[in-house]
Amino acid sequence: MNFSTPKIKSSEITPRDIYQARRQFMQLTAGVAAAALWPGQLLAGEKLTAAKSLNFAEKEELTPYDKVTQYNNFYEFGTGKDDPAAYAGSLKTRPWTITVEGEVRKPVTFDIDQILKMAPLEERIYRLRCVEAWSMVVPWIGFPLAELIKRVEPTGKAKFVEFISLHDPAQMPGQRSPVLNWPYREGLRMDEAMHPLTLLTVGLYGEVLPNQNGAPVRIVVPWKYGFKSAKSIVKIRFVETQPVSSWTEAGPNEYGFYSNVNPDVEHLRWSQAKERRIGDFLKRPTLPFNGYAEQVAHLYAGMDLKKYF
Amino acid sequence: MTDKNLHTKRLAWIKTGVFFLALLPLIKLVIGACLDALGANPIEKITRTTGYWTLTLLLVSLTATPLRLLFKWNWPIRIRRMLGLFAFFYGSLHFLTYLVLDQFFDWSAIAADIVKRPYITVGFPAFVLMIPLALTSTDRMIKRLGGKRWRWLHRLVYLSAIGGVVHYAWLVKKDLTNPLIFAVLLAVLFGIRILYRFIGSMKPVFTPVKRKTSHTDR
Repeated sequence: MNFSTPKIKSSEITPRDIYQARRQFMQLTAGVAAAALWPGQLLAGEKLTAAKSLNFAEKEELTPYDKVTQYNNFYEFGTGKDDPAAYAGSLKTRPWTITVEGEVRKPVTFDIDQILKMAPLEERIYRLRCVEAWSMVVPWIGFPLAELIKRVEPTGKAKFVEFISLHDPAQMPGQRSPVLNWPYREGLRMDEAMHPLTLLTVGLYGEVLPNQNGAPVRIVVPWKYGFKSAKSIVKIRFVETQPVSSWTEAGPNEYGFYSNVNPDVEHLRWSQAKERRIGDFLKRPTLPFNGYAEQVAHLYAGMDLKKYF
Repeated sequence: MTDKNLHTKRLAWIKTGVFFLALLPLIKLVIGACLDALGANPIEKITRTTGYWTLTLLLVSLTATPLRLLFKWNWPIRIRRMLGLFAFFYGSLHFLTYLVLDQFFDWSAIAADIVKRPYITVGFPAFVLMIPLALTSTDRMIKRLGGKRWRWLHRLVYLSAIGGVVHYAWLVKKDLTNPLIFAVLLAVLFGIRILYRFIGSMKPVFTPVKRKTSHTDR
């Protein structure tokens, strides 16, 4: 173990040439398989090119690919952190559609390949803060969710957006357990959903989203606790009243609708003042809105954040 | 010699076997740490593993009496001390992991945790209660205290076990499966004791429970 220094040792970081070589190999093999089975479609492990890369984590080091893809909370595949990497292989990401419904002028069902071509892909390096007080820095690939929202023209009644994840116990073995009320549901207020930082995400580390990270399409809301970022989405619904998310349903006093990262508002059972960056030994202080206060604090002006936690 | 009262030599073998079995989780952790194979969050892994084995060994040590009551086996009582001490050993590692690796001696955060976090409020005394039990586990201490007082003192282990299970149940985010398994096992172990106590008081003739024990087989 490398507990002696708080910084990640350089020896622990997978060298670029190694992970790139591995990725090339994966791309090659996955590419061959994909070409044989689903010509012209992008599958996990295949390369995704982003038009530009935007760093929203300043000089913080990226969490290595292996940790990003092997330490996950994705209860659809089990409640253990290594369950998603072990069991997400059964998830079929093609064919895949996302139905957009509710308070919109243009309700539509998008095919995943339409989503991939909807807007220029960007790499976005974001901090990810889990409600369990650990964190990562992840280079996601996607485009602002606002791009999709504009295309479906929400009506004046659309005040909230609800995201519904796939419900299929055959593909998602964790759903055989009633640990949460399936399907997984999450939601955002309209202005949060339209915020330029809110990313409709299809990849990470330069490749198609691995299944265990929420393939083929997920949301990433970097200033909220990780569970707010719904994975493997099949439905986006525009609604007038605040939706109840799965975690709020499971623990209304512990997981609020907003769930903005906030060091001053404790979880009912543990402190949120500090977090352990995966790979670090010492904990670091947690920042309000996960360090994105400058960009998003105005959305909550005048709100009592202890009440609307 | 019958199966109920194992031969000293066989008992020595069992003791050695149990000793190494009980060390296995630690050995696995140490190897994992050396190979950097404890996953993305090694501190969490160490905390969970040591906590899990504290509770497991505590519950295993609590099976000795029910086994004697049900099957009249006396040999489990003779490895009970070792099991209890191993439970204390893993409990100490669990506590030290929290103190050093997790909090890194952040005393104010630790104090706040003990006061404000119910799972720690209950987990901390559950560990502390094991200290006097470990200290009085020697033959000499049993003699000094006298069997009756010693037995009374060592009933604290029941509180420790209950505290440990509650600690586990209160810290999990949602999946209560494992804490519930521990709770059910503990309830069964208590139930057997209570049942036999009840039977014992009803029919004083039928008492496989009471033995004229010496303290040496503890």
